[in-house]
Amino acid sequence: MDLRTLTYIVVGLSFALYIGIAFWARAGSTKDFYVAGGGIHPIQNGMATAADWMSAASFISMAGLIAFMGYGGSVFLMGWTGGFVILAMLLAPYLRKYGKFTVPEFIGDRFYSKSARAVAVICLIICSVTYVIGQMKGVGVAFSRFLEVDYDTGLYVGMVIVFFYAVLGGMKGITYTQIAQYCVLILAYTIPAIFISLQLTGNPLPQLGLGSTMVGTDTYLLDKLDQVVMDLGFAEYTTSARLSTLNMFAYTMSLMIGTAGLPHVIIRFFTVPKVKDARSSAGWALVFIAVLYTTAPAVAGMARLNLMQTIEPAPGQYLAYEERPQWFKNWETTGLLAFEDKNSDGLIQYTSNAETNEMVKIDNDIMVLANPEIARLPNWVIALVAAGGLAAALSTAAGLLLAISSAISHDLLKGMLTPNISEKTELTASRIAMACAIVGAGYLGLNPPGFAAGTVALAFGLAASSIFPALMMGIFSKTVSKEGAIAGMVAGIGVTLFYVFQHKGIMFIPGTAFLGDTPENWFLGIEPNAFGVVGAIVNFAVALGVSRVTAQPPETVRELVEHIRVPVGAAAAQDH
Amino acid sequence: MSPLNEEQAQQYWRRNLALMVKLLVIWFVVSYGCGILLVDVLNQISIGGYKLGFWFAQQGSIYVFVALIFYYAKKMAALDREFGVDEDE
Repeated sequence: MDLRTLTYIVVGLSFALYIGIAFWARAGSTKDFYVAGGGIHPIQNGMATAADWMSAASFISMAGLIAFMGYGGSVFLMGWTGGFVILAMLLAPYLRKYGKFTVPEFIGDRFYSKSARAVAVICLIICSVTYVIGQMKGVGVAFSRFLEVDYDTGLYVGMVIVFFYAVLGGMKGITYTQIAQYCVLILAYTIPAIFISLQLTGNPLPQLGLGSTMVGTDTYLLDKLDQVVMDLGFAEYTTSARLSTLNMFAYTMSLMIGTAGLPHVIIRFFTVPKVKDARSSAGWALVFIAVLYTTAPAVAGMARLNLMQTIEPAPGQYLAYEERPQWFKNWETTGLLAFEDKNSDGLIQYTSNAETNEMVKIDNDIMVLANPEIARLPNWVIALVAAGGLAAALSTAAGLLLAISSAISHDLLKGMLTPNISEKTELTASRIAMACAIVGAGYLGLNPPGFAAGTVALAFGLAASSIFPALMMGIFSKTVSKEGAIAGMVAGIGVTLFYVFQHKGIMFIPGTAFLGDTPENWFLGIEPNAFGVVGAIVNFAVALGVSRVTAQPPETVRELVEHIRVPVGAAAAQDH
Repeated sequence: MSPLNEEQAQQYWRRNLALMVKLLVIWFVVSYGCGILLVDVLNQISIGGYKLGFWFAQQGSIYVFVALIFYYAKKMAALDREFGVDEDE
């Protein structure tokens, strides 16, 4: 059976499974729609959180980024896992105890102000929309490969599927679908990794394979990789830092606190029955995430080595363009891989020198998608990777769209504009909100501001600088006032957005960047994607400063804070 | 209504904070310490083909994170029982 037919069958089966589950577990009430009825087992929730969390960026882009950044790519590995420690200890248990539906709802009650709630809704929408763009791009990339069409058409097809899928779901449907999507994506990720690790090192565990010797030699794989990349003039793989130590530090911290502040992750912990479940569920989520995240560096290193050795099998011996393998041709048609014969010798020279380098384009994203083809794995593995990439993008998109639609229907409509609407109307409103969000995200996916992981990293910076500090101060301080919280959120997200816009262009429109996007112009050498931590510091400083000169919060707020710090009573609060 | 009086509630919270601080120090040391600040020093040491600093940054810190969360969940469950604020009865 040819690859295309096989891919259609595998991807088609996975879609049939998700849609079947979505029908079986569709939402009947707003409680089902927002928090899946509040009765999800912590291990199930952990698995769903993992799928919700691991986006197209994790599945498709991350290993590619690490493959080309080497050690510098560690910021993604540590940043996107370490946040769960913060979440498990500092946020999830208390927000679960509080027992409401959305993140802005907590901020509005704790800071006794509808304005604070409205500001939180705006911050949530900015973060989530930025994040969803990356998912749409991921869907486009995976579909364009799978249907062998161009990127735009791939994106339209993806939008239609996400549309159908997310509007039907609600949190209840999404949760059970995400469990299935986790299984698909983790198999799709680990099976090729195991094959490749076996081929290169003879060790079936990629985590150990990366630290092993190459088959039939005494040379360690990482040493070989260091040598191969340095021969072509690239930086040493295992030590090449991302810009500076300070930048690595800031980038990792921004991703960590951004993880803890992203609303679509936090609301997943509203679905478990007890406070204690919220703590352990975060642990389970990280276990399921770690399976992929500890495999990713192995995929990265091995894919880079395979790619280099395909193009230049031995030093000075180059691959002839006419003899290029089938995967090379496949990826050229998507425009993600491009060759230009600069010296017209018909050979492919790949070097770090931009003048003579003939591999004019190697998109990060193809490292995972093309990996099984480069390693000549059987067709069913390649088909499975397509299904896995789509599962990752769809599950995260659904989670994000739920966070956006619940903020609009529950916080804006029900909470502020039209408090008297019936539950049924609210449910309809949230579905309409979701549909609008998809169309908006699709438009931005067609005019993408940078590559998938870059956009995603920005969403973390925005969450880190706005929502995370507000939640922390809401739980750990009894004295931060509404004026302080609002000023803090506005200042934090404002500073971060301003910094990003001045270097990347206003709303990412090319040519509107009034300070060039070069390291000389960066504050302390911190790149825009890593700036969230600075925004967070500004947020904390402004909020604490303003709170000192404004009126103390009322006594009810002190009681609320004391109430959420102790687990007992969570079950009662669930039925509000 | 919480069954704890004010003093007990404060004590419960202080014990929780102490545990958090202890675990966050470990969290910081394995990632920012071993993976970023001290990476060059640790890279002098190798385990198998891994340079140690590189290993912490791409593997070790993640394993420690998982252990930290489960340790916290277990310790907090014990603390909840000690103060009679667990939800199991």
